[in-house]
Amino acid sequence: MVITVKTLILFTAIFLSSCVNKLHSESVYQSLGGYQKVEEIADNYILEIEKDPVIFEYFKESDVERYRAKVIEHICHHTGGPCEYTGDDMQRVHDGMNITESDFNRGVDLLINAMNTADIPYRVQNRVLAIFAPMRKDIIYRP
Amino acid sequence: MRKWVGVKTMCKCLLNKNLLVTIVLYFLLVGQSIAGQGKLLETAGLTQIEGSGGGGIVPWATISGYDSRDEMSLSVFNTLVFLDDYRLQSWGASAGLFDRVEMSYARQNLHLSASGGEIRQNIYGLKTRLYGDLIYSVLPQISVGVQHKTLVDGAVASTVGAKNNNSGTDFYVAATKVHLGAVGGYNFIWNLAARATKANQLGLLGYGGAKNNDYQVMVEGSVGVLLSRNWVIGFEYRQKPNNLSGVKEDDWRDFFATYIPNKHFNLTLAWTQLGDIADAGNQQGFYVSATGYLW
Repeated sequence: MVITVKTLILFTAIFLSSCVNKLHSESVYQSLGGYQKVEEIADNYILEIEKDPVIFEYFKESDVERYRAKVIEHICHHTGGPCEYTGDDMQRVHDGMNITESDFNRGVDLLINAMNTADIPYRVQNRVLAIFAPMRKDIIYRP
Repeated sequence: MRKWVGVKTMCKCLLNKNLLVTIVLYFLLVGQSIAGQGKLLETAGLTQIEGSGGGGIVPWATISGYDSRDEMSLSVFNTLVFLDDYRLQSWGASAGLFDRVEMSYARQNLHLSASGGEIRQNIYGLKTRLYGDLIYSVLPQISVGVQHKTLVDGAVASTVGAKNNNSGTDFYVAATKVHLGAVGGYNFIWNLAARATKANQLGLLGYGGAKNNDYQVMVEGSVGVLLSRNWVIGFEYRQKPNNLSGVKEDDWRDFFATYIPNKHFNLTLAWTQLGDIADAGNQQGFYVSATGYLW
């Protein structure tokens, strides 16, 4: 039993480390397909928001042109692209919105839909989500 | 200049033409968000053989339904394991409260193919999440739980030499974590649980025996790869106590594939290797399990 578990852990560790090394050679931005794809994702995401009555409530007062520009910068910058993010930090952006955990995940589903529509492969989508997942703590339940 | 085009503007036409369509749309789009839909697809996990939210044979730190911290959920499950000399059925229900507490009930029937008899037990489960979120927190999600089991008829347990043929309680702690994109871009999930137990074969053969009649800590683990938004494959291992002197008990393992088409339903097919059970050696077979999420 102990041997089985040890073998399993070792196997998993080797498997993980080899994969992690391979990923670092190319930025997520490059895997996405560069600036054009980031723009496409942002545009699809905006369309998804407009179709979703729950999420749209959070956005109806905001300036869509500015939002589009900042989303593009944000994705481009954090995925390792050659962009500067000039918007406010995530906490400030979401202050007063009081986004619930549920609605946050609903927003993630919309982002996944947006990436699906942009033909982003599942494995690249996961790497995008891995970059943005740690930001959740700065986004949800901000009074 | 681009302007927001909200769904309300889009739906005006529907509102004028057909109120019913709008109401149906409302329940499809808005209604679902109230009814325990707040977790991401696949992150509710499955229902394990004793009724707790988990993998197949191992409890996980996940709370059983798709409820977020503002929601509740209710799910039902049915599991069949077709072994060489037995057929084990387990069915039941589980309620998730605010992604914090899980209450479950399971009924197990072990059909003995040779004699035609059966062993039945009830399992009452309670689990609470102590820390974290399996996706979003840096450390794993951690939960503690109990499974209280009562045998309907203790005759077989007495025959095989169990010290207690009536009831027993397992206590466990579980840690679960999803690593997004970790395995060549695929999401990787692992779960590790430690269970204090005296149960012989899940309690179906009573509690304690001549070899050991004390609580022992058993290690249980699951690993899985999320091949897509809808498919997971993986492996599980569950250490067993082997308390009885007359009949041997082996560690359990399974290889599973799960299909999760949406937040209402999932289906698991597994190959189980359960070793010796009572007098029957090397029990293997298919495991089929379905969970439906009602609320």
